[in-house]
Order: sequence, then structure tokens, then C-alpha cells
Amino acid sequence: MDFNLVIGGEAGQGLNTLEAVLTKVLFRNGYHLFCSKDYMSRIRGGHNFVELRISTTPKRGPSQGIHLLLALNEKTLALHRERVRESGMILFNGEREEEGILSIAAERMAESLGEKRVVNTIFIGALLKMMGLGRAEVEEIFASTWKDPILSLNLKALEAGYEEVERVFSLSEREIFHDRIMLSGNEAIGLGAALAGVSFYSAYPMTPSTGIMNYLSSKQEDLGLVVEQAEDEIGAINMALGASYGGVRAMTGTSGGGFSLMNEGLGLAGITETPLVIANVQRPGPATGLPTRTEQGDLLFVINSSQGEFPLHVIAPRDAEDAFYQTFRAFNLADKYQLPVVLLSDQFLADSLIDSKQFSLEELENNRYFVEEGDYQDHYRRYQITEDGISPRAYPGQILGEVVLVDSDEHDSQGFIIEDADQRKAMVDKRARKLEKLKKEDTLEPIYEGGEEVDLLILCWGSTYGPLKEALQLLTEEGILAGLLSFNHLWPLPLKELEKRKGMSPLMITVENNSTAQLAQLIKSQLSIEFQGHILKYDGRPFYGEELYTRITQEVLSR
Amino acid sequence: MRESEERVDRHIFEGDRETAWCPGCGNFAIRSALIHTLSTCNIHPHEVVICSGIGQAAKMPHYLKVNGFNGLHGRALPPAIGLRAANPNLWVIVESGDGDTYGEGGNHFLHTIRRNPNIAHFVHNNRIYGLTKGQASPTTGDDIKRGLPFGSGGTTFNPILSAVAMGASFVARGFAGDKGHLQELMERALLHRGYALVDILQPCVSFNKVNTYQWYRERVYHIEDHDPADFDGALRLAREWGERIPLGVFYQEERPIFLDSFSYLKKNPLERDVRPKEYAYLLEEMK
Repeated sequence: MDFNLVIGGEAGQGLNTLEAVLTKVLFRNGYHLFCSKDYMSRIRGGHNFVELRISTTPKRGPSQGIHLLLALNEKTLALHRERVRESGMILFNGEREEEGILSIAAERMAESLGEKRVVNTIFIGALLKMMGLGRAEVEEIFASTWKDPILSLNLKALEAGYEEVERVFSLSEREIFHDRIMLSGNEAIGLGAALAGVSFYSAYPMTPSTGIMNYLSSKQEDLGLVVEQAEDEIGAINMALGASYGGVRAMTGTSGGGFSLMNEGLGLAGITETPLVIANVQRPGPATGLPTRTEQGDLLFVINSSQGEFPLHVIAPRDAEDAFYQTFRAFNLADKYQLPVVLLSDQFLADSLIDSKQFSLEELENNRYFVEEGDYQDHYRRYQITEDGISPRAYPGQILGEVVLVDSDEHDSQGFIIEDADQRKAMVDKRARKLEKLKKEDTLEPIYEGGEEVDLLILCWGSTYGPLKEALQLLTEEGILAGLLSFNHLWPLPLKELEKRKGMSPLMITVENNSTAQLAQLIKSQLSIEFQGHILKYDGRPFYGEELYTRITQEVLSR
Repeated sequence: MRESEERVDRHIFEGDRETAWCPGCGNFAIRSALIHTLSTCNIHPHEVVICSGIGQAAKMPHYLKVNGFNGLHGRALPPAIGLRAANPNLWVIVESGDGDTYGEGGNHFLHTIRRNPNIAHFVHNNRIYGLTKGQASPTTGDDIKRGLPFGSGGTTFNPILSAVAMGASFVARGFAGDKGHLQELMERALLHRGYALVDILQPCVSFNKVNTYQWYRERVYHIEDHDPADFDGALRLAREWGERIPLGVFYQEERPIFLDSFSYLKKNPLERDVRPKEYAYLLEEMK
């Protein structure tokens, strides 16, 4: 079963509440979910919608065809009607008499119950009934959220909605999941950071990254960490660097505009060799761009960001599950190699809510890699030249009688400013050796999915993985054999798997949510390789699996 | 004036570095006063961190044996705030110049006053850009600006008046040519619970030919008969400049500090030892 429920309306009509209740009810009824959001950069008015894909096997992207459309206003009807399947249904908020549309005068019903604000509760009742689900789960959720008289009012509204419509679909009750959780990409990054022991998170609110700060600040008292809203992104990254220098795990998060402001700070992390994890949740740029929408336009910018040359690790998670594990890992790598690690997420990943197999915590271990007393000769030297480039790291006050000096100027092994040629070169080489070690020991090769003989090899990075998996399945059903090589470590760029796979198909393309095929450009800068095409999308919207299938067959295979 | 007793041997603070400062620079006196202050407050080199930005003043951590975070131009304050949260057991001092603090770092200055972290901030105010050889800074006087080859419109920024008006919990002015008094101010600033700004008048012997030691000596006087809790009085005093220049504490009050917002912290964040499997309940919340 693969059922697509879409709800659209104005900002301020309560879409978030509807989504929160429905996803919880459906999840607790044992359904897999993929829930994505399309919203405008405004508080009231405009057009927003959520897509709830409800299925009996996990899906990792949105679907185009709609089974049930709830149009809270006329605009939703106009914009999404053509996506409704032949067997689909439209539920409309109003009194419209038209074939194929079921209207509920919910506002009038709510008024007769004495409270206008229960409109959405009426629709929750109606949707559950139409989908063939019971009311017990939602009643339980209400009871844990409200007290009388609000509770009884909402229960009445729920019943009124339920009684207003007939059962149309049959999403029968399934066995509840015991080993699955439901979370968004932003929550996954927040959770990964929390379990990695982040003790200081400083950021300036910026859509679509703010969810990370929201998650961490909701846990700050419980976990004993400090979340500080900085005056700007420059302050945010520099505060986080101060905390990391002080010896705790620190992180900051932003989107492209804020990341631009953080650039000098990123270089500071590089030259002072201060561990730092930075989430850049991409949105379309340049400048303010499309604040609430999605794009993968920052890849080359992030890899090349800040002036000068220094080691940097860049990771783009595939989905919320991957985002959790990669975030956790990012903190260990930042500490091990004493460098900045950038998590390159995007709005599509950040705001999509999925269910996932419960994360396994048993194997997770935090390693700080601080120097032990006596692990150095004579005096402690923060930037002691070593074979692998990793110098002994101590925090101020750790070693009695020793001091820790870090500097944004080029420095000697003790951290003192220098300008002489030999020491400068030695420090550049020392820092570069860390990246070589990271490349050898800790870079994850892209994952390959598909057979050993394929008609088409597709390369992707980050969050396009989900929709592509679906496209691959559709291609297979049509007898087209395609392989998918999906990157999540992007810098340093792992090349082994790619070198092995690059000759396996005469057709090799990249699929990217940007207009210049940045992954292809990056790969070409490292390897002699040719691509036969690219599927690119840069209208601020994510890919749909069906859309990818169509474009691949039309733009690549039929040429 | 009473000279406080030095409790830590001042020699352990001495770095073995030759400074890049010009002979006669006001920075030498500030450095010496700082060492004296650390010593009298019984602070050892490993217990204190000096955060600085970029500029001649910002080189201070290189010329002492203490922990140092010599960061970016204009960004001396934010790392100090992060550091405060990471390990409240450390003493945190910020050393920066007028360009670093009031120019490039103006926004951080404003918000540090608002946060009131427990930091002593010593601003070496030479009223000129020394390291880049003589351009105007926000505090450069009109009389000097006229002689500069580079344009700098607008009036002179008054850090004392701004800090008092914005609600800083400790605001003082010292003079590099009056070391005993400066030491006293530094000690009070360091022991103040909250953000303590000491703007230090520092002659620049190379690029500021107007605000010389002699020029200041003819004008400065010690503030007396002023209650530092008197906000209106502090504002009046802060506006005084020209024929007479007041030195001393303009304003001081006790109010909640940055870390008080995080009073739920049961232990020093540095001592956290997070074992992921103990946090399975965070996953239960997502069911």
C-alpha cells in the first residue's frame, strides 16, 4: 500500500498542527511515513502544503499522484487538483457543490460547537474516517495534550467530523512498530549532536536550519548544555570556537547566507586546529534566494570556503537516519583530526519527517583525543610537528603549569606568531598531512546499489538519494537496469569505488538539485572522467521519484 | 597610592618573546600592569586565558606566558563568551584595541554588554590604527582626522558614554601613563562579577602625534566624589572630554551574569562524559 495524502492551505491555518497529529496517529497505527513540507516565507496567507506519504514499506521521497487531497482553501484546489488520481478524493473546506469534491462546512460546524478554532479537529475526524482508521489513537493524543473543557470540545469536534463523511479507503489497522522512531532531518542532526555530547551550540536563527537549535534548546536543561542565540553568524562561529578551545564539544548551524558570514571563522578553525561541527542546511541562493525552499547549490562553495588552504571535512547526509549517524561521527572526526567538519544538509532533508529503524546506540562511543599528561617531551607544545600532522591537543588548565596558545596568525609549535619561511611551510605541510590521514582512515566511500551489469550509472550526493531509489525501482519495473552510486562524504572526495565503477556503463550521469552539476565538476577536478548527461533541478523544489523516472527515460535513455 | 602585594612571582608570566611594539609604546605599561594584576589576584598562568583579536594590543597573549586565544580581527569577545560557558573555572580576560572593539567588533561589544559575561575587557585605546599605519579609528579625534590622508566622516565614538548608556555593569577609564591607578582599575575589573570594560588611554608614539603622554598628563584627573552606582552622574562624567579627562570607575552595578541564564547546569560542561546508550529515552520520545 502506498497512499498519498496532501493538505494545503494558507499560512496560519494550522497545517503544522494537522500534520503533527496525523503523522503521530498514522505512525502509531503501524504505517511508514514520508512527510515533506512546502511552505512560503511568511506567517500569514500565501500557499503552504504538506504531503503525507503513507505506506506499508518505507519510502524515502514524496509521490506525485494524490489519493486524498484536503483543500483548506480555493487556492489548494486550483494548484493540486490535477495531481489527484482518478480513484482519488478531494475534501474541501467550504460549501462547494461540484462533482468529485466532498465539501464540509467545517467553519459553520465549528461555530455551532461554540469554538471556531476546532476546524482542524473536525478535519482530522473526517480524514481518519475516509481513510478507514479509528479514533482511539487520536483521542489518546488529545487526552495527553489538553484538559477539559478544551479536551471535550475537541473530542466533540473529532466526532462531528468523523460522522460527517463515509469511509472511502481502507487503511486497515496494522501492528504497531516497536523498533521504529519518527523524526525530521533537523531533529536527526540535533539528536546526533546531543548524543555526541555537544555542550555548546551557538547560532543565529536562519531557515531552514533553525530546527536544529530548536531541538537542542528543548533538551538543554535535561542534558546540561548551553544553547546561545548569537548576535550574528560571525559571533555564533567564534563563540563555538571559544567553547571548543575551552575543551567542550561545540557546534553551530546555519544556511548559506549565514555560512557566508562564518567563512573567516571557518578558516580560524582551520589554522588554530580547533575542532568544530557546522551544519549548513542549504536553501537556494544567492543572497536571500528562496528562504524556505531546497537546493544543493553550496557544494563547491563549502569545499572551497574561506581564504587560504587548510583541511576541512564535508559530509552530506542522505536522509534523517544517515544524518543522525553522520552527525555523531562528525564530532569524533573533528576531535581526532582537530579540524572543522561541515554537515551539508538541505531544506528537503531538514523538514522531511520520516520513520526509521530505531538507532542503535550500543556501538556509539565518544572519543575526545586529548593529550595525556607526559605524552610530550619537556614542555607541552600545542602545534608540535608530528608524522601524521596531528599535534597534542590540551585545553587551557588541563595541565598544571602548561599553557595552551592558539593563533590565527601563522605560528610556531608553541602557537607564537612567526613569519619565517621554513616554519610557515612546515605548518602548512603538517595541517595537510591530517587530511591525508583522514582520507586513508576515515573517509566513507559512496554506497553502490544495483547489479554488476547496468545500462545506466547514476551518481548523486546527499538528499537526492531517496527520490532516486524510487526512480531506480520504477526503471527496474520497466526492465531498465540502473546502478546508483550515492556519495555522502564529499571532501576529501573518496575515489576508490568510483574508479572501480566508472567503466561499468557507457552511460553515466549525475542527478543534482542545482543548475551547474557541481558533483560532476568536483569529480572531474579529481579524476579523468566524462559524463553523458545530468538531470538537474533548481526551481527550489525537491525531486519526485516519478519525475526522475520520466526525465531519465526522456532526457538520457531516449537520446 | 597603595601598591597591592604581588602573590604570584611575576617572572613566571614573562614570555621569552621580543615584542613588536615601538619603543615608548603605551602597551608596555599596560602589559606590566596586567602582570601585576594577575600576580596580586593570585592567578597562575594555566588558570587564565587571554582572548584577543588582531592589532598591536591583540598581540598581548604572545608576550606573556598565559593561555591565549588570538583570534580574528574584531572577534575577541565571542570566543571569550564561549569559553566562559565551557569552563567557568577559568579567568577570562580580553585584550583588544579601539579598532578591534569599537570598529570591526562593534556588534559583539553591544551584545556582550547585554549578556554581561564574567569577563574583564582591557581596551588599548590609542585613538588610531597603528598596525595598518595611521588610519582613523572610531575613537580618533576630529583634530587628528583633519591631518589624515584617509577619509573618516562622522563624530568621534565615546566608548565610556556608550557603555554606560547601554547598561554595562562596570565601566572604567585608565591611562597607560598612570600605571598604579591602572593596576587598581584592572584588579577591580577582574574581580567584578560581570562584564567589566576598562578603556585605556594609550599614547601611540608612531602615528598619533596629538594624544601624547604630555597631552594626556595635562588633562587627566582621578574621579573623586562620584558614586559608581549613580547612573545619571556616570553619564554626565562620561561626556567630559577635552580640557579635563576623568580617569577611574564611572559606573558599577551587580546584575545577573551570562551564566546565571544557565543555572540549570549541574556541573561544569567540561566535566560531562556522555555515553550514548544512557540516552535511549531520547529515542522513546520519537515513537
